[in-house]
Amino acid sequence: MTAISKTPLSSRRRNETIMAWVFSSPALVLLTVFLLTPFLMAVALAFTDQRLIPNPNLPTQIIWLRNFVRMFQDEAFLRGILNNFYFVVVVVPIQTALALLLAILVNQKLKGMNVFRTIYFSPVVTTMVVVAIIWTFLYNPGEGLINKFIQTITFGMIGPQKWLQNTKLVFPAIMLLSIWQGVGFQMVIYLAGLQEIPTPLYEAAEVDGASKLQQFLYVTLPQLRNTTIFVVLATTILAFKLFTQVEVMTKGGPQNASMTTIVHVVHQGWGQLKVGYASAISLVFFLIVLGVSLLQRYFLREEKAVN
Amino acid sequence: MTTTTAIHSTGYRVRKGLRIGFTYLLMSLLAIFFLFPIVFMLVSSIKNNETQVMSDMSTLYAFVPRGELGLQNYYDVFAQLDFGHLMFNSVLIVAVMVILGLAINSLMAYALARLRFRGRELLLAVVVALIIIPFESVAVPLLLLVNRLPWFGGATTWLDTYHVQIIPFVADAFSIFLFYQFFIGLPKDLEEAALVDGASLFRIFWNIVLPLSRPVFATVAILQFLTHWGDFLWPLMVTRGPEVRPLMIGMQQFFGLDPKIWGDIMAFASMITIPVLVVFLLFQKWFVQSVASTGIKG
Repeated sequence: MTAISKTPLSSRRRNETIMAWVFSSPALVLLTVFLLTPFLMAVALAFTDQRLIPNPNLPTQIIWLRNFVRMFQDEAFLRGILNNFYFVVVVVPIQTALALLLAILVNQKLKGMNVFRTIYFSPVVTTMVVVAIIWTFLYNPGEGLINKFIQTITFGMIGPQKWLQNTKLVFPAIMLLSIWQGVGFQMVIYLAGLQEIPTPLYEAAEVDGASKLQQFLYVTLPQLRNTTIFVVLATTILAFKLFTQVEVMTKGGPQNASMTTIVHVVHQGWGQLKVGYASAISLVFFLIVLGVSLLQRYFLREEKAVN
Repeated sequence: MTTTTAIHSTGYRVRKGLRIGFTYLLMSLLAIFFLFPIVFMLVSSIKNNETQVMSDMSTLYAFVPRGELGLQNYYDVFAQLDFGHLMFNSVLIVAVMVILGLAINSLMAYALARLRFRGRELLLAVVVALIIIPFESVAVPLLLLVNRLPWFGGATTWLDTYHVQIIPFVADAFSIFLFYQFFIGLPKDLEEAALVDGASLFRIFWNIVLPLSRPVFATVAILQFLTHWGDFLWPLMVTRGPEVRPLMIGMQQFFGLDPKIWGDIMAFASMITIPVLVVFLLFQKWFVQSVASTGIKG
């Protein structure tokens, strides 16, 4: 009896295993070929002087750490990394705070909130290339709209600036449009977080006589802890990926003032065909992103352990 | 006693009214901030006269459709390049990528969520780990790789093709993870009953799991669309001619032409933006839900 009932079971098991691999293999093969393989290639190529189009007279050589040593003498690379950190320090706090403010505003039970939510989100569905081009027009030197606006509100004290040609202003200018385009995304994530906070918490706080500000500080903010960690670290990772708007508006110029790590990677690897060197920079970029991601997982795990 | 309550409540009502008024004022100012570049683009695109566009751009007239209005800038764009073809390329690339992706990512997620097999845990861990690797960090070695990959019909490189812009992005670790999370939350009863009745696993997936999983399919489709519609870095690296290039590269090249005719540029930008805005307005709720789901913690 047992033998009879056991055979179909084990054959079903075997069938399940086969089907599992059948179901998984298309995605698995593609992930292996187009993500894992190039990743391992990046690790290996970082120690070579590989070029995109190999020169038959100059075979690729292993040059060990020379790419990494070169990086520290490469002004554009250092400027790129510094700019990425500059971007994180300025944009992440502003964008997170603004996203939270927008989420709280549209989460109110008032008329027309859907309309406002849609408006705040609409830049997210506007493609970055288009955004970069519109803002280039807005930043037009001299007669551009932004120059006129600033001149008007400061009664002409701050004169017209050449936003994208000025080494000090170009990166803040790019930051502004990046916030404009991206903040709606974070707003929606915060909105989801806000809607998960149980209403009895607010009711209890109100009974205890807590003001709106106190409710925000002692109920809303702590309840949004995980959401905030996610938003801050996801925005940080996006900041390190900064590419499209810079490439379209300035290509990293003037004088590398708006250079970023990925812009440099592309210029080196694709523009100058230095695949080995670009891979080494990619590896450094990956380690930074990995660090941020591990930080995120660590913080979120910590929270689970405490509760 | 009654009068004090009355005064009290009037004061309260006034204060509440003020607060609501202030809220709407703040929200409207923010709305202006988020809308003005888009309105600026749309309005500039229908001003036929380039001098008008330039003279209006520094005043509030930039937002007022005035002067000679029409679609001249749009005609000019069509006269200069094959916009329809660029649009076709973009739609084809994203559509094929998203549809193939839905199929293979959901299948793998289903295996991870429901089937018992050796290596399941390891496979799941690998998928979660792969989410961390950003595309930007593998772009250059991937370029080297696809440059030498063969294709049907004897081609020895993938450069300048549609498939080079599609296939590398079909499988997506984060999509698999979203599907996985959804599938483990589904009740098992129906699937088990079907299994007892002798239905094949693929049939169960197709007839039982799929109809229950529309929300997660919509979510993944929208997120992949939002991520890849604006793709710029990869098409820039792997396409050289106009035959297979997507809209975004066409837009950047058009923008790079001198002298810049802003009316035409804004018409081009509007033609890219309007279809997506319309789709977004129609499926707004889905877009918002999709984005919200990226915030779920792993």
